[in-house]
Amino acid sequence: MAVNAENLEQLAPGFGARVVDSFRRFFDGDVFYSFRRSPITIVAFVVTMMLFFASFLAPWIAPHNTNDVASLNLMNAELPPAWMEVYGVQGSAEFPLGTDNQGRDVLSAIMFGMQISLLVGFASVLLALVFGTILGLISGYVGGRTDAIIMRIADVQLTFPAILIALMIDGIASAVIQGAHGAEVSFVVLILAIAASQWVNFARTVRGSTLVEKNKEYVQAAKVIGIHPIMIMLRHVLPNVTGPVLVIATLSLALAVLTEATLSFLGVGVPVTQPSLGTLIRIGNDFLFSGQWWMTIFPGAALVILVLAVNLLGDWLRDALNPKLR
Amino acid sequence: MAQTPVLEVRNLRVEFPTRKGTLVAVDDISFHVNEGEVLGVVGESGAGKSMTGTAVINLLEPPGRIGGGEVYLDGRRIDNLPYEQMRRIRGRQIGMVFQDPLTSLNPLYTVGRQLIETIRTHTDLSEQGARKRALELLAEVGIPSAERRIDQYPHQFSGGMRQRVVIALALCVNPRLVIADEPTTALDVSIQAQIIALLKKLCHEHGAAVMLITHDMGVIAETADRVAVMYAGRLAEVGPVQQVIQQAKHPYTEGLMGSIPKVGHHTDRLAQIEGSMPRLTEIPNGCAYHPRCPKAFARCFAERPDLITQGATDVSCWLYDEELQRVEAHG
Amino acid sequence: MFAFIVQRMFQAILVMLAVALVAFSLFQFVGDPINNMVGQDATEEQREALRERLGLNDPVPIQFAKFVINTAQGDFGVSYRIGQSVDVVLADRLPATLELVFVAAILALLFGVPMGIYSGLHRDSILSRLFQTISLIGISLPTFLIGILLILVFGVWLQALPTFGRRGLIDIGGWDTGLLTIDGWRSLILPATTLALFQLTLIMRLIRAEMLEVLRTDYIKFARARGLKNRAINYGHALKNTLVPVITIMGLQIGSLLAFSIITETVFQWPGMGLLIIQAIQFVDIPVMSTYLVLIAFFFVMINLMVDLLYFVVDPRLRGERGGAH
Repeated sequence: MAVNAENLEQLAPGFGARVVDSFRRFFDGDVFYSFRRSPITIVAFVVTMMLFFASFLAPWIAPHNTNDVASLNLMNAELPPAWMEVYGVQGSAEFPLGTDNQGRDVLSAIMFGMQISLLVGFASVLLALVFGTILGLISGYVGGRTDAIIMRIADVQLTFPAILIALMIDGIASAVIQGAHGAEVSFVVLILAIAASQWVNFARTVRGSTLVEKNKEYVQAAKVIGIHPIMIMLRHVLPNVTGPVLVIATLSLALAVLTEATLSFLGVGVPVTQPSLGTLIRIGNDFLFSGQWWMTIFPGAALVILVLAVNLLGDWLRDALNPKLR
Repeated sequence: MAQTPVLEVRNLRVEFPTRKGTLVAVDDISFHVNEGEVLGVVGESGAGKSMTGTAVINLLEPPGRIGGGEVYLDGRRIDNLPYEQMRRIRGRQIGMVFQDPLTSLNPLYTVGRQLIETIRTHTDLSEQGARKRALELLAEVGIPSAERRIDQYPHQFSGGMRQRVVIALALCVNPRLVIADEPTTALDVSIQAQIIALLKKLCHEHGAAVMLITHDMGVIAETADRVAVMYAGRLAEVGPVQQVIQQAKHPYTEGLMGSIPKVGHHTDRLAQIEGSMPRLTEIPNGCAYHPRCPKAFARCFAERPDLITQGATDVSCWLYDEELQRVEAHG
Repeated sequence: MFAFIVQRMFQAILVMLAVALVAFSLFQFVGDPINNMVGQDATEEQREALRERLGLNDPVPIQFAKFVINTAQGDFGVSYRIGQSVDVVLADRLPATLELVFVAAILALLFGVPMGIYSGLHRDSILSRLFQTISLIGISLPTFLIGILLILVFGVWLQALPTFGRRGLIDIGGWDTGLLTIDGWRSLILPATTLALFQLTLIMRLIRAEMLEVLRTDYIKFARARGLKNRAINYGHALKNTLVPVITIMGLQIGSLLAFSIITETVFQWPGMGLLIIQAIQFVDIPVMSTYLVLIAFFFVMINLMVDLLYFVVDPRLRGERGGAH
C-alpha cells in the first residue's frame, strides 16, 4: 500500500498539528510564564546568549587573534589585568584581562577557548542525543533480549561516573591510535568519549516513552496497513519526549563542557595547539605560585559562569515542564 | 434537635490561589453530622467532596487553604486552631480512612508498629498495653491470626486486608468522627461491600459518627443516614437518605438517581445528564448547574440559590423558592 | 533473598569479565609487548623464546584465560614506565588514594546529608534557599577549579597550608598513613575538601529531592491524619523511606569520589592511584592502565554489591516474605 501524507494523517491523526501544538505548549502558557517570573532564569539566558555570541564571533570581535603565533610579542608577556599593578608592572588597556607567559591576550584566549569548549560540548551532546534516542527507541520497541542487553549496559554504565568513562575511553582510544595522532583525530576521540559517557540518560527517557506509545492502537493500525511501525512511532514518540530530552540536553551540555575542561586540564583532552578553557586553566595553573593568578582564574571564572548559566536554564526548564515539583 | 452535632461545618470555602486567579474548590458549604450518624457525601469526581473532608481535618495541601467559614467539632471551633492543637485532634477525635490502602501505609514499618505508634501518640498506654490494644483492634477488624500478622509489613497483606488495617488505625483511639474518603474505590468489587459493612459496624460500636465520601450512590443508599449531594464545589441538596433517593428535589440529584439502574425495571438505555461538570476555572454565574439543568429559568442564570429548607431536606434550587412564594401568595 | 544475592554475584562476575576483556584487549591493540621488554639488539630467536615463555603464541582465548587467572591472583605484569611490578607500584599508591577518598566521603556525608534533610523539610526557609543556591554554584564548579582556588587562597595568599604532596607519613604494617600526624592532616585537608565539596552539593540536592518526593506520598498524609508528631513523621516515616534511594546515591557517590580523586590528585600532586593513572595514560603504560581499569571496576562492583545488601536491611519488600492468608 502506498504511503502518502493523507493516509499517514489518518493513521496518526493531526500529526503536523501535534508537532506544532507541542511546540506551542512548550513556549506558551506555563513555561513562558515561569520564564518571565524568574529573574535568575532571564539573567542566565542573557548571559548564556552573550557567551555564545562572544565565543562564536571571536574571530571577528576578539581584540587579538590568539591563534596567530606571529602576532605574539614576548614584550607583552605576563602583564596583569588592565586596572592592576603587580610586581611594579602596570596592566595595559590593550590587554584588559592581562596576558599569559607568551604575551597572549587572556580575554581573547578565553573567547577562542570557549568556542572550542562549546563546539566539543555541542558535538558530543548532539551525538549522545542521536544515539541515545535511537537506542532508546530500539530498546523500547523491540523489547525482549535486545532491550535487556541495552538496558543492562546502561545500568552498568550508570554506576560509573561519566568523567571516568570519558577519561578511560579517551585514554584507551588515544593509546590504540597512537602514532596516527593528528589534532582532528584527538578531537573526534574526545567528542566520542564524552558522548559515550552521556547517551544513557537519553536512551532511558526515550525508551520509557516508547513503551507507552508502543501499545497504542494507531501503532497496531500502522502495522496492519503496512507502514513500518517504527516510522510512525518516531513521529509520535519524538514530540512526546521533546520536553524531557531538551532538559537532559541542556544539563548534558553543562556536564559535557565540564568534562571537556576536566580532561583538557588533565592533559588528555583537546590538543594544546587548540586550547580550550580547560587547557588555558592548566597552562595558567603553572603560574599560580609566581603570583600570575589571572592566567588561570579568568578562564576558570568564564568556565564557571558558562556552566552555571546553562545549569540554571536546565534547572528552570525541568521545573517548568514538571509542574508537580513546583 | 437540641443536641450539639459532632461535626458542624458553616459556610466552608476552600481556595487555590493560582496565577489565573483564585480557584474555589469548595464554595460556601454548610452541613452537620450528628452523634452516631453516617453522613454520605456524593458527587462526581472534582465536585469537591474530598477537598471538604481534607479541609475538615485541616490537611489541605498548599497552596490550597481554607478561605472562609467555620468548622466545629462537638461545638468547639477547630478550623483556626494552631498546628499543635489540631494535631492532637487528628487521630484522637477525628479518624481518617483514605482511598488507596496500598499507599496509605508506610511500607517500611510493620502494621503493628504503625498501630502502636498511633495509640501511644494519643494515649498514656505503655508499649505492651498499646500492643495488646493493637492486637484487639486487628482481631476486631477481622484479620485472622492477628498475633502473627501484627509483625508483618503492609506488602504482606492483600488490598482488602490493608484497608482493614487502615480502618483499625482510624479507630484505634475511639475518635468522635471518622472521615472515610472513597474507602472502597481502590478495592475489588467483591470485597467492597464487606469493607463498607465493617466500617459501619465498627463506627457504630465505637460510637463514632461517619462522614462517608463516595461517588457510589449504591454505597450511600445502603450505609448512610443522611446524604449531602455536591456539585462543582457547592452543595446541591442535603437530607435523609430515603427522601433524597426517592424524592430528589434538586434537578441534579434527580438526574443522578435517574442514572442508577433499578432492579426489576427493564430500560434500553440508562438515563444520563447531558454535558459535564464545569471545571473550576469555568464555573458559570448563578446556579452552577444551570447549563445542564432541564428546568432552569431566568433567575438560575443570574443569581446563586441559597439553601432552602423543604421538610427534612435542604436544597439549593430556585424552583423551591418560587414554590414557597406561590404557596404564600395563595395561602 | 539467597537467589537474589547469587544473581547479583553472577552479574558482578559478568561485569568483571567484561572489564577484564577490555583490559586484556588493550595489550592486543597496542603494539608488541616484546619490544617493550627486550633491547633493540635482541635476536629473532631470543624474541621467539620470550614470546613462547610468555605464552604469546597461545590462541587468544587461552591468553585471556591466563590473563584473568593472573589478574585474580594479583599478578598484573610490569609497568612500562616505571619498570616495577604493577602490584608493587599500586600497593605503594593505594593508601594515599583510599585515605583521601575516605576523609572526603566522611566530610561530604557529614555535611551533605543534614543539609539535604533540612532543605527538604523546610523547602521555603531562607537557609534552604541559601543551600540551594550554593549547591547550584557547587555543581557548576569543576573539581579542579575548586582545588586551584583553595591553593590560591590558602597556599599562595595566606600561606597557611601545604598545597602539594603528602607529608607526615607513618608506616603501620606496610600501610603509609597520614592520619596520625598533624602534618599529615595539614596536607590532607585541602585535597579532601576539594574532593568533598562537589560530592557534598550533589548529595545535598539528591537527598532534598528525595525528601520532597516522600513527603508527598499518601502514607505521609495518612500519618499526619493520624495525628502523629511532626518529629515522628519527618525523622521516622519520611527519613526511613528516603533511605532506600539515598543508599544508592551514596554508593554511587563513593564510586565517583574514586573517579574524581584522579583530578584532585593531579591538582595537588597527591601521590595516589589517580596521579598514577594520568601519568600512565600520557605514557601509554598499558599494564598500569589495564590494572587500574580492573581495580576500579572491582571497587565499583563491590560497592554496588554492598548497596544491594543494604537494601535488604532497609526495605522489607525485598526480603521476599509473603503474607499468608489474603
